[in-house]
Amino acid sequence: MHLSETVNTGFLFLAPWLVFFPVIGLLINIIFGHRFSERVIGMVASLASGAAFVVSVLLAWSVSASHGEVMRWRLAEWIHIGGLELDWTFRVDSLSTTMMLVVSGVGTLIHIYAIGYMHEDVRFKNDVGRFRRFFVFLNLFIAAMMILVSGDSYLMLFVGWEGVGLCSFLLIGFWYEMDTLARSSWANSNAAKKAFIANRVGDFGFLIAGFIMFWAFGSFQFDDVFAKVHEVPEGVIVAITLFMLVGVAGKSAQIPLYVWLPDAMAGPTPVSALIHAATMVTAGVYLVTRSAPLYSSVHEAQNIVAMVGALTALFAATIAVGQYDIKKVLAYSTISQLGFMVAAVGMGAYVAGMFHLITHAFFKALLFLSAGSVILGLERGHHHAEHAHHTGKQKFKKGKHGQNKSEVHEEHHEDEHHEVFDPGDMRNMGGLRKTMPVTFWLYMIGTLALAGIFPFAGFWSKDEILLDASLHNQAVYWLLTVAAFFTAFYMGRQIWMVFFGGHRHEAAAHAEESPKVITIPLMVLAGLSVLGGALNLPFEGYHNLGHWLEYTLHEVESLPLNLGVAGISTGLALIAILISWFIYGRNPIQKGQKDPLTALGFVFAGMEKKWLVDELYQAIIITPFAKLSEFLANKVDWEIWHDFVHERIIAGTYNWLSNVGLNENVDQKWIDGLANKLGTATQWLSANLRKVQNGFVRSYALSVLLGVVLIVGYLILK
Amino acid sequence: MVPVDYYIILSAILFTIGVLGVLIRRNALIIFMSIELMLNAANLAIVAFSSVIQSFSGQIFVFFVIAVAAAEVAVGLALIVEIFKSKHSIDVDQMSSLKG
Repeated sequence: MHLSETVNTGFLFLAPWLVFFPVIGLLINIIFGHRFSERVIGMVASLASGAAFVVSVLLAWSVSASHGEVMRWRLAEWIHIGGLELDWTFRVDSLSTTMMLVVSGVGTLIHIYAIGYMHEDVRFKNDVGRFRRFFVFLNLFIAAMMILVSGDSYLMLFVGWEGVGLCSFLLIGFWYEMDTLARSSWANSNAAKKAFIANRVGDFGFLIAGFIMFWAFGSFQFDDVFAKVHEVPEGVIVAITLFMLVGVAGKSAQIPLYVWLPDAMAGPTPVSALIHAATMVTAGVYLVTRSAPLYSSVHEAQNIVAMVGALTALFAATIAVGQYDIKKVLAYSTISQLGFMVAAVGMGAYVAGMFHLITHAFFKALLFLSAGSVILGLERGHHHAEHAHHTGKQKFKKGKHGQNKSEVHEEHHEDEHHEVFDPGDMRNMGGLRKTMPVTFWLYMIGTLALAGIFPFAGFWSKDEILLDASLHNQAVYWLLTVAAFFTAFYMGRQIWMVFFGGHRHEAAAHAEESPKVITIPLMVLAGLSVLGGALNLPFEGYHNLGHWLEYTLHEVESLPLNLGVAGISTGLALIAILISWFIYGRNPIQKGQKDPLTALGFVFAGMEKKWLVDELYQAIIITPFAKLSEFLANKVDWEIWHDFVHERIIAGTYNWLSNVGLNENVDQKWIDGLANKLGTATQWLSANLRKVQNGFVRSYALSVLLGVVLIVGYLILK
Repeated sequence: MVPVDYYIILSAILFTIGVLGVLIRRNALIIFMSIELMLNAANLAIVAFSSVIQSFSGQIFVFFVIAVAAAEVAVGLALIVEIFKSKHSIDVDQMSSLKG
């Protein structure tokens, strides 16, 4: 628990500030934000996140300086009950600092991007006041994620786990009163609820795992648990790891709980990038990696985890092929890539999993944010086109373009006369290569990294996973290889549809490039997506990440580059891009034309309809559940419990007892009778007694006399 | 020496006259006089017994009774004068405001 004096703890004392900085940032924005301009709000939030990044760097340096010593910083006493002694302790080791760096680094870039993005988003949706709220939520997310990755026990990890779930819910439902096209509806709220409920199912698994763990190990602290792994029966470990897998499937969007992630795209794009691609959804991968001693001791559980990951990777990749929404494609791609990571950590290739987690955070954040830039560009183009359309009639509004009031008016105007324009639909895009060149090149880099083309970051990390799979589990290897093929294909399809060909919509023709506050963070991410592979090159002496994580994970295999595996995956990726060029690039689809892949019939229809998984869940879970709850509410609760038991039996008996029994018989007959009798008796008595008071002194005197005579007579005759 | 029985009989006769006076007469002054008669009947009996048992205590008691009676007369006469002032009568039957 306590460190020996000799160990250089470096900047360890800064560990709590990982959480404090974002919390301070959000408090400043909550308390003083109403006086700040948007720029200041964004700066405060970005600086809070940036400060957390600086702390992460210093902590990583400290870990490095102490040669991977696991360092703990005890902040406060937390739960001390019976044999359970749990403190609020930050754990700083090579694994947690890796996650801290990714979360705060990518998080800070996305904070900066969000200043530009939300500036326009709140104006398109016409609620400028919500700008501040967004950054408060974003900082809260960073704080919760930091608790998650820096906790020294499963319980503290769970606090962060729930915290990021809450932030996810709040941010998916950020525009809670509208749908993604800003029409009045509860679609976004429903997406938020879906995410929350799917995550609750996962959390339930996590909680059960925690209960079993406490029962078996008597502790939640990581090292206490891992030290006793071999003293506990294997069946118990299998149960813990599999229940934990339910939690992982919820948070990291794996089969069967992934359904919430595509809907989570209802949130603003920076949220999709930060929470639903780069950081929060990787919490499950982190959990498995952190629990490596548990998973490594039971191969059955490992195989299940790997299969779940591999199946998810392929399944989601096929769905991504059939999507038209630019963010939905990326969402399914994220599920698919998370499948890669889960498969990797499931096979015990923790370094490969973490490596892919890091590179994926870079290039998927890049892709999402570029997609956000595309969407904003289209919105601008749409407004521009609308504006040009209306200038003849509404010249006086020209000067006010960009001001809310005129925009409100225009927005309404549009709704009345035109069908709603969807800036996220790839069928409305096309040819953006010319109108948004910077975004195009950034998107291109992200695509190549995701498709796993040499020498981009995704190539190295994905190949490391495939190489591990080829050695450990052939089934997983082939599933992942096919998934990698589909990955390259749907990304190729997206590139051709979005950036090449002709403009399929007026908005695409008038699309405008995004400002620097948006493109500069993207350039940083693009640089990371290009160079990220250098973290862990498969050459002797360059397994930097592997050596770094070895401090924490102890058993790390560093494999050399296998040209066969790398060749197959790269070759397949290139073939996939070539096929996508044949289908989408050579003859760009025209306005109103159906996707050429519809020729595949039910296969494409299945991809487009997401293999009807949502409908399946609707049919086998939600509808029966709704029926059951309706039955329970109407029949059991209302008719049986309320109408019969409460109303008829309890209230009826009570009424009868009080009315007939107590009221009529006891109260009215006896108690009222007694009181009435007492009244009439008193009346009668007083009516008679008043005659004695006749007012004649002499009669009183006579009474006195008689009284005296009686008393004296009694005394004498006694 | 006169036997004590005689005193007691006289006392009883006087007391009875007093009682009858109080009960029968309506004039407040007469009633007052009858009360005095009863007090003096009692005094007579006390003094008689006192001489029989050869003790002064009875006689001392009688002094007190006489003193209290004097005070009572003073108060009572004052009351009667006040009542006469308001009602122009001292008939006790007229004073029936306490009638129930």
